Amino acid sequence: MAGMRTIEELLKLAPELYDITVFGTEPHPNYNRILLSPVLAGEHTLQEIMLNDLDWYAQHNIRLHLGKTITEIDRIKRVVIAGDGTTAEYDRLLLATGSNPVLLPIPGMNLPGVLTYRDIADTENMIAAAARHRRAVVIGGGLLGLEAANGLKLRGMDVTVVHLAEWLMERQLDRTAAKMLQDSLQKKGLRFRLVTQTAEIVAGESGNVAAVRFKDGDSETADLVVVAVGIRPNTAIAEKAGLHCSRGVVVSDTMQSYDPRIYAVGECANHRGIAYGLVAPLFDMAKVCANHLAFQGIGHYKGSLMSTKLKVTGIDLFSAGDFQGGDGSEDITLLDPIHGVYKKLVIKDDKLIGSVLYGDTVDGAWYFQLLREGRKINDIRDRLMFGGPNVGDARVTPSELPAHV
Amino acid sequence: MSEIQSTCCYCGVGCGVLINSRNGRITGVRGDPRHPANFGRLCGKGQTLHETVDGHGRALYPELRLKRSEPRQRATWDSALEHVAARFADIIKKHGPDAVAFYISGQLLTEDYYSFNKLARALVGTNNIDSNSRLCMSSAVAGYKATLGADAPPTCYEDIDHADCMLIAGSNAAWAHPVLFRRIEDAKAKNPDLKIVVIDPRRTATAEIADLHLAIQPGTDVALFHGMLNALLQEDLTDPDYIAAHTAGYDALKALVSDYTPDFAAEVCGITTEELLTAARWFGNSRAALSLYCMGLNQSSSGADKNAALINLHLATGHIGRAGAGPFSLTGQPNAMGGRETGAMANLLIAHRDLNNAGDRAEVAKLWDVPAIPGRPGKTAVEMFEAIRRGTIKAVWIACTNPAQSLPGQDAVREALAAAELVVLQETYADTETAPYADVLLPAAGWGEKEGTVTNSERRISRVRAATPPPGEARPDWRIVCDFAMLLEHKLHGHASLRFAFDSPQQLFNEYRELTRGRNTDITGLDYATLDTKGPQHWPYRIGARQGQPRLYQDGKFPTADGRARFAAVAYKPVAENTDTRFPFRLNTGRLRDQWHGMTRSGRVARLWGHAPEPAVTLNPADLARRGLASGDIVRLESRRGTLNVIAAADSGVAPGQAFLPMHWGSRYLSGAGINALTLPVIDPKSFQPELKHCAIKISKAALPWRLIAFGTPRDGDALAQLARVQAWLPEFEFASCALMPDAGGVLLRAAAGAAPATDVLDAIHALLELDSGDVLRYDDPARGNARRVCIDGERVVAVCLSGEGGSESWLREFHAQGLPAAALGSLLLAPGTKAPAGAVSRGRIICSCHGIGETAIVSALQGAAGDATARLGSAQQQLLCGTQCGSCLPELRKLAAAAMVAA
Repeated sequence: MAGMRTIEELLKLAPELYDITVFGTEPHPNYNRILLSPVLAGEHTLQEIMLNDLDWYAQHNIRLHLGKTITEIDRIKRVVIAGDGTTAEYDRLLLATGSNPVLLPIPGMNLPGVLTYRDIADTENMIAAAARHRRAVVIGGGLLGLEAANGLKLRGMDVTVVHLAEWLMERQLDRTAAKMLQDSLQKKGLRFRLVTQTAEIVAGESGNVAAVRFKDGDSETADLVVVAVGIRPNTAIAEKAGLHCSRGVVVSDTMQSYDPRIYAVGECANHRGIAYGLVAPLFDMAKVCANHLAFQGIGHYKGSLMSTKLKVTGIDLFSAGDFQGGDGSEDITLLDPIHGVYKKLVIKDDKLIGSVLYGDTVDGAWYFQLLREGRKINDIRDRLMFGGPNVGDARVTPSELPAHV
Repeated sequence: MSEIQSTCCYCGVGCGVLINSRNGRITGVRGDPRHPANFGRLCGKGQTLHETVDGHGRALYPELRLKRSEPRQRATWDSALEHVAARFADIIKKHGPDAVAFYISGQLLTEDYYSFNKLARALVGTNNIDSNSRLCMSSAVAGYKATLGADAPPTCYEDIDHADCMLIAGSNAAWAHPVLFRRIEDAKAKNPDLKIVVIDPRRTATAEIADLHLAIQPGTDVALFHGMLNALLQEDLTDPDYIAAHTAGYDALKALVSDYTPDFAAEVCGITTEELLTAARWFGNSRAALSLYCMGLNQSSSGADKNAALINLHLATGHIGRAGAGPFSLTGQPNAMGGRETGAMANLLIAHRDLNNAGDRAEVAKLWDVPAIPGRPGKTAVEMFEAIRRGTIKAVWIACTNPAQSLPGQDAVREALAAAELVVLQETYADTETAPYADVLLPAAGWGEKEGTVTNSERRISRVRAATPPPGEARPDWRIVCDFAMLLEHKLHGHASLRFAFDSPQQLFNEYRELTRGRNTDITGLDYATLDTKGPQHWPYRIGARQGQPRLYQDGKFPTADGRARFAAVAYKPVAENTDTRFPFRLNTGRLRDQWHGMTRSGRVARLWGHAPEPAVTLNPADLARRGLASGDIVRLESRRGTLNVIAAADSGVAPGQAFLPMHWGSRYLSGAGINALTLPVIDPKSFQPELKHCAIKISKAALPWRLIAFGTPRDGDALAQLARVQAWLPEFEFASCALMPDAGGVLLRAAAGAAPATDVLDAIHALLELDSGDVLRYDDPARGNARRVCIDGERVVAVCLSGEGGSESWLREFHAQGLPAAALGSLLLAPGTKAPAGAVSRGRIICSCHGIGETAIVSALQGAAGDATARLGSAQQQLLCGTQCGSCLPELRKLAAAAMVAA
């Protein structure tokens, strides 16, 4: 996604500047990975989430190699080589290799019926498994894990979510919001095991997965196990090519690696120490990168504030910035148990630095804007919780928004 | 269902009521159409009497504690009375009879009064018995005695119908005596030529009916009356024949008032000479001039003189002893008159006898069959509590009154109560300001539960009857006194006589009646049977008479040695505590329309809170502006004796430089010791009445930036119990007030402090309002000290707490009061600011308490109607029913109608 977004941006700026060749490991042209969860939930079809079809590539004279993985970069010759021997020369190379799911260092991870959640193939596997099987265990109560769990539940499975932390989505939510989320998901039929560490995934007689055993000795039977405990930037070829990597390809503010001809964007990049796993920063990176590729050189990426939305129908959830606060920060909270609404705004030095919204995310965009602008909010603080129009401040229209993951 | 004839227990008008009861519970009340005081009318307070009887706060069982530090425990009657008798006997034996005192009430019935009086003077042998009438009527007593020779209002209510000039002085009758005021309104309507002069520093609701309002400076009444007399003399409007035939002391008075030229007097009073002359001319030229006066004259360090100076005018013009003419003192309590008649005040003796007269004392001693009545003067209310504080009085028995609210200089009064060796409280309600000081609580029967008689302002004796038995173990006051007296007699003398062996109030009445024989209060022709068959009767009602005497002194003969009335040549004296640069405001006190005294009774009725929903001091708008204050600000009032934080409100009827604070607010409704923390315990040397109506104060904005407003309907529906729980929190805040809400069974707490309180305090308040469970919307910004809670039950707002920013109070209150659907608004209910989300329309201040009609609806109806103010008012009344029941709001409705005319 990040790579093709960069190409799109570049084509807008300098359509004739480069001959473009694209390699992709997956057998599909680029699609909106963010919408895999709605596909799993049966709310979208795969066709609907495709971003650029083959015709588009043809129209823009882009050579597209599907199902081919680059295995080597020859930085001297400025050539990339794919696993099948396909090569392509480059003046500029853009790495958008994304990330890989983190696997658990426990026995049974390779058993049939144990999946991660990353791409269309994973999604299709889960849809297939849900049609045949009854019991699923999702390991990981983060964003992806919950979306997977929700999708599987909607496809008729009994789903238990196993989570290591004390509350769900602990990196995006505070305890209150997470509890409300859990309550809502429980009402949808999901079951949860919090503060639970997986010890082993156990095979059945068929050799397929049959159960998940936990450190506390308990176990859950399972026909399908989805492991969604995190992602790791995919830097294999970059490292092999001798590029400086450290939890991602380390890039400058113009998205260049230590080899200035090689750029990296998206989840594989590490910018100022952060490897972003959400979509909005990727788009910001794409803009800067395209700008630089187009020799305009005026774009600088300074990092992104992150915001999160959970794509589970009926659950509105938004999280952005430093929602945990800490020294010197001040919380403003609002709770409406009747409508299941919780909002928390974190203020520091009279600026909004984070927010968590649950149940009513209408003002998320506005808060995100305030967050990014870093404007002082002391004059509107008392009305801040009650949204843009109540404050008399210009409200951001949806089209101006970054699409939140 | 049964209906019993009785008498209202609020003001001295003495309206007849019919009490409905069912299965031993009082269920309703209506005006008695046959009672000559009201002919069926009742004011808002009277109409809701049945709501005051039951519920949380009633004293139901005797309670006793042996140590001050411990809470009282329930006790039996026997053990409680035995304990009190033993302590009283012990103290009397050790320190003498003057080491004990009785502080009783103008709300007791004549029979109760009589029993207390006999207990104190005949058994204990002390004159330390005084009534709270000391705070209200003793100047009237002294004024009447000094001029007419006896404490007897010579007039009756019917005189209102015959007067063609009315002087209403120091009385806001429209609010304090509403049913009487209806009669004044009727008289004015019948006779448009009737001239009404209202003398009051404030432009009150009563002043709205006046043809002339004399807004005199506080305390200048004597100068005004002397100035008027001076003018009457100059313009030859006196009645020399009457003066010659029936009075004495005229020359001395004439010499004195020659100094009080109209110009001089008007200047002293702060009015124009023209105004003074107009009042004098109307009075002098009238066919029959009637004065109606009340606390503005009485509650003064020269109260007796003010009364006498007004009576001078009547004597000099002969406006007395005729239909429609005379000085008519209005009483504040239902049986202040009965107390005066039975001599239940320290300086009086039964049936208007003179305590200083050895012959009178001997006569009473003979009738009571005791060796002697003590001649040592007893302590009057203010002196009594000072003596308790100093320790010369060791034990005090308080009945049916609330000195920890009503006496001036509260800090000293409370010190006294804390210092006393024994405080006995005989009360209907266990939750008064005084109750925490009581070592022994004796539960008394209340209105609707006891039998006896009362005397109203026009000397008319009415029967009080029980509709139900008292709740719990409560007993009639006379019964408690007699039971105690027999125990005490045994302890003091080793035997009990039959002196207190009464079995019924009727026996007490009959014995008392004997003591009136030959006196000006002679009621030897009256008994319960007569009252039952012929209805309420005026005194005197001598044996053989067919009726009482509505008017006195028709023959010009006065109860003095020579039969002549006395002019009182008394010089004008300014208020006891003048203003200065440090204390520049004159604090005036008085009544609200829908509350009564310390609110022990009226405060229990939610409906009665609509008209004045929270304690406020009213100031002239110019004074507010000059001090940089706004309506709603919390201000600090400070006198030389104490301080009080209270909300400020604007009232152009209050003169610049003055402040008005209702007398009602005590420490049950305000943080601090209540209004009387400020007032002055200086007493009139003649009447011993304190100057409650005036003291010097300073006013500054209270630096209490943190605010809290909390209100809600308790889930169990028991608003009184909830109120009691809220009251326990008042002392925790520098400013706090609480109230019942007229709608939705709600209770309200408002507080302010220098800084936000600790979280646990806020949590406790939330728990108190039941905002800690159920569907509670929450907003918290602790760094700014803002926390808001709104509890929703179904669709309705049932409880709210706003701490810090509280701009949304007004519309949230409307949602709560009107039960508007609110749930859908969700978190918008937590939004700050005064602008309501759609759906909340303010009703404004409640004007008509009977029908719960607010200002908004009334103004819109008045503006929508056609015609003149009267026609518009009629139309609004037809449409909304406002002012059609008790009529107490009519002065305000007329004001709004006039304003609507101006707007149109």
